[in-house]
Parts: sequence; C-alpha cells; structure tokens
Amino acid sequence: MVTHQQRLAARQTRRGLRTGIAIVLLALMLFPVYWMLNISLQPSGGTLPSSFFPPQPSLAGYTTAIQDQGQNLVTSMVIAVGTVVLTLLIATPCAYALAQFRFRWISWALLAILISQMIPGIVIANALYTLYENIGLLNSIPGLIIANAAHAVPFGILIMRSFMLGVPTSIVEAARVDGAGLVRAFLSIVVPISRNSLITVGLFAFLFAWGDFLFALTLTTEGDITPVTLGIYTYLGSHISNWSAVMATAMLASIPAIILLVIAQKYIAAGATGGAVK
Amino acid sequence: MSDAETLTTATEPTRPSSDTAPAPRRGRRGEEIAKVLFVVPAALTIIALFGYPVVKNLAMSFQNYTLRTFINGEAPWVGLQNYVAVVTEELFSKALVNTALFTIGSIIGQFVIGMLLALFFHKNFPLNGVLRALFLLPWLLPLIVSSAAWRAILEQDSGVLNVTLEGLGIINAPIPWLTSPDVALIAVILVNIWIGIPFNLTLLYSGLQEIPDELYEAGALDGASGWKAFWNITWPNLHAVVSVVLMLGVIYTLKVIDIILGLTQGGPANATQTIATQSYQRSFVEFKFGQGAALSNILILISLVFAIVYLRATRRQVDE
Repeated sequence: MVTHQQRLAARQTRRGLRTGIAIVLLALMLFPVYWMLNISLQPSGGTLPSSFFPPQPSLAGYTTAIQDQGQNLVTSMVIAVGTVVLTLLIATPCAYALAQFRFRWISWALLAILISQMIPGIVIANALYTLYENIGLLNSIPGLIIANAAHAVPFGILIMRSFMLGVPTSIVEAARVDGAGLVRAFLSIVVPISRNSLITVGLFAFLFAWGDFLFALTLTTEGDITPVTLGIYTYLGSHISNWSAVMATAMLASIPAIILLVIAQKYIAAGATGGAVK
Repeated sequence: MSDAETLTTATEPTRPSSDTAPAPRRGRRGEEIAKVLFVVPAALTIIALFGYPVVKNLAMSFQNYTLRTFINGEAPWVGLQNYVAVVTEELFSKALVNTALFTIGSIIGQFVIGMLLALFFHKNFPLNGVLRALFLLPWLLPLIVSSAAWRAILEQDSGVLNVTLEGLGIINAPIPWLTSPDVALIAVILVNIWIGIPFNLTLLYSGLQEIPDELYEAGALDGASGWKAFWNITWPNLHAVVSVVLMLGVIYTLKVIDIILGLTQGGPANATQTIATQSYQRSFVEFKFGQGAALSNILILISLVFAIVYLRATRRQVDE
C-alpha cells in the first residue's frame, strides 16, 4: 500500500521533472538569442566561430557596433519614445470614450479598428511614401513616428478600452457632481486608475516602433535617418565581413525587449493576451 | 430637445463653474461636443493612416504611377493594366504558391508546437509562470534581429546548424539553407515558425485556463483522461480561441515582409518571393508604384476572405 508520504513525494518528483523539461525547452527556444550573444563576444571576420562559449570574451564587436550604429540606436530610441507619446495621447481618450460614453456607433468604430489591423504594412508604406514625398516628411523622424503610430493606436485603443470597461462609472459621476469637467474627471480619475493598461500600451508601442523595419526601409531614402533595424539590414545585405559586429548590434537592438520582459513581465503578458497583435 | 437634456440644462446653474466644466448655457450640447472630441484624434489617425492608404492604393493600382509621377505629377489612368501586368508575369504564380506554402507551413508549425507547449504549461509545476513568460522573447525581438541571428545559425559553411549536423554525422555535406532554391523556402518557414510560437502558446494557454476544472473532473468520472480528455473536453471548449488564433495567424503571416527580406531578400532565384515581398519590390525597388499597389490589393483581397471568418469568430469577444 502506498502511503500518503510516498504519493506526495512522487508528485513532487513529477513536478520537479516538469520544471526540468520546461527549462530544456526554453533553452532550445532561446538558443538563437544565446548564439547571438556568443558570437557577439568572439572576435570574428567573415567566418563564424563555432565554439559554444567565447574562449576569450572580447568586446571588440560592441566597439565596432557602437561606432557604426550608435547614432542609429539613438535615432530608434527617439522614434520609439515619440511613438509612445503620440500613441497614448491619441488612443487613451478614444479608449475611454468607447468604453464609457454611450455612442450609438460604437460597434462600427470597433469594427473599423479591427479591420485596420488587417491592412498590410506595405499598403500603408505605399500610400505614405507618395504623401510624404509631397509634404516633405520623407527621411524625417516625425514621419516615422506617425507611421509607427499606425500600428500602435488601434492596438492601444483595444487594450485600454477593455480595461476601462471595468472602471466603475460611479467614481467618475461622483467627481462630476463635485464639479469636475469631463476632461478633468478623465485626467484625474480615469487615467490614474487605468495606469496599468497605459503602461502596457506604452511598452508595446515602444517595442513596435523600436522593431519597425518596413517603414524604416520604405520611408527613408537618403540615409541620413537610419533606425537601427535598417542599419542591421544594411549590415546583412552585403557580404558579411564582421559577424561579431553584426551580432553585437543585434544584441544591442534586443536590449529593450529583454529588459522589458524581465522588469515588466506583468504588463507584457497582459498585452500579449489582450491584444494579440503584431 | 429631449427630457434628459432639458433637465440637465435646468440644473446647470447650481453646478459650481470651473475652467474645465462646460459653460452653463451650452449645457448638455457642450458636453456632447466634448465627448465627441475624445474620439476625434483617434478617428483622424485611423482615417489618415488606414482609410487614406487603402483608398490611395486602390487609385494607384489603376494608374501608371512611377518615379516620373513624382517629377511631373502625372499619373495617367490605365484601367486594369497594372493588374494584368502583375498577374500575367511568370513570377506571379510562383509568388502565389510560395505565399500559400509559407502561410500554411508557418501556421501548422506554429499552431502544433504552440498547442503542445500550452498543454504542457497548463500543468502545475514550480517556475511555470516565469518560464512561460520567457518564451515570449522571440516574439518581442525586432524581426530583423531574429533574421540576423538565424542568418548566423543557418550560414552554409560555418553556421552552427550545419557544423553540428555534420559533427553528429547526420549530413555529409553542408546544406545551403538560405542559398539553395530547393531548401530556402523551408528554412524561411522554419524561422517564421520559431517567431510565431510565443503568440500561439500565449493565446492557447489563456484559452486552456478558461476551461473550468469541473469539466475535467466530470470527465474523469466517465473515464476520460489523456488523449480522450483532450478530444472530448479540451478541443471542443477551445474552439473559439483556436479559430481566432488561426485566423489572426493567417492574416499576419500573409503580410510578412521583414523576415523574408532579412533572410533571403526573396532569393535565391525568387525561391522565397511572396505576394508581399513582390509588392515591396515593385514599389520600392523598381518604383512601379501602380503595380506594387495592384499586388498589395490582391493581398488585401486574400486577407479579407480570412478577415470575414475572423470577424465572425471574434464578434462575441469584442462585445465583452
């Protein structure tokens, strides 16, 4: 007869085994990221090193990467931060309105937002290129910020709206009775309460813009504005003569995603299931 | 004026005035305008960044829109010429087949692996949450970064995949993953599967969490466990989530450009050319914007078919 203790021990082992399997699966999944790190730390030219650990870790790749692409990393940062600000400014009030005001056309608005997410980026790029050419926004940071907002705004509206549906109307009404206007009630009550959903949307807007490649490729033509994704593409396009610098740049471009996944896991997970958009 | 509005106007003077409150006289009307103003910036954004591009693309696809258009502003109407030109080209059928293979291959791979992982993580074990969250990383990385990492792994002569396979004696000669027309599409699909796994895992996992435990308990009494429980309890209850995951997957995969450009640029010998990359090439490499627009409209049309199915599947979720 199996005792209670033995059963418990067996369950513990099974649970431990599962954690072990999960770690192995995760290691397989993240191998490409490890490989990037590994190669970035090994001095190499056109031939890739194949040792699994850097025998003599060197930061030479990073030195070259920062020399070549440092400016591009700054450009990407400015564009990403700009996109976050623009997205929150545009999407937050709209999300609140769609969640709390009783407009008759709300389901139509939501349908439009959903359909907008199905439009391929190349369609937007095609049209914006011709438009930007006319109004002088080609090769400009504002031009790229606006294009990136195209991805982030509908996503932001959907995420924040579903959160704001849960904000009790009584709180807002109480403030209104005390004399707060519509805008003040929104700014001083709704926004602080919905803080978490704003953070989630901000993080994703950042990641969308930081990772954008298509707009960077199509809406810049002269090379004076080069987001880091475009810089990596240029590195990859020709014959690769310095793998460690390419991988070092790729690592540097991965830092925001890695940091956010570690410190803001809660928000990332919320965005991943809530919006399911990329 | 409705009763409600009259009522508000009547009580208006008792409300203490503040700078943000609507002027007393305007009352309800002002409030209605203020409400609409909440939506205006977003509405303008969506019109400018989605409505305008769709209409503009449609117009461009019927025009001879080229580099010259930017110089002299002339874009003569040419009817269906652009569509005829892109569809009759030899490459079109190849790109269409590649798009289908790329989409179907990616979706099947991502879905099956994502589902297996979701079922695995649905079980209870230490560190479950943290490990599952780390699985999201490939999805959050810039696509061009992922392409770069895989370029290094798949490199023919010194890439770690070939070196390892040769070391294990599985292959005799290095496989030209990204440089042979025979295997390049398969390699690109494998990379895209890797990128899509987190998305499938996350959504399917949250779908599994929604299924009440009681169903499994009741099933266990009837002798349903393991595969039997999966087919009789899990799968039917996961139906809505599965259809959303698949439809979204198809719509996102159809328009993939970044990964293909980063890995192969559509080559070798157009082996990885899809409708989306072709559209990019026409517009931004050959500067035949009319033809590029025609191809992207064909892409929208294909997406639309799936979008209709998707919208029907998600209509209930939107109302939540």
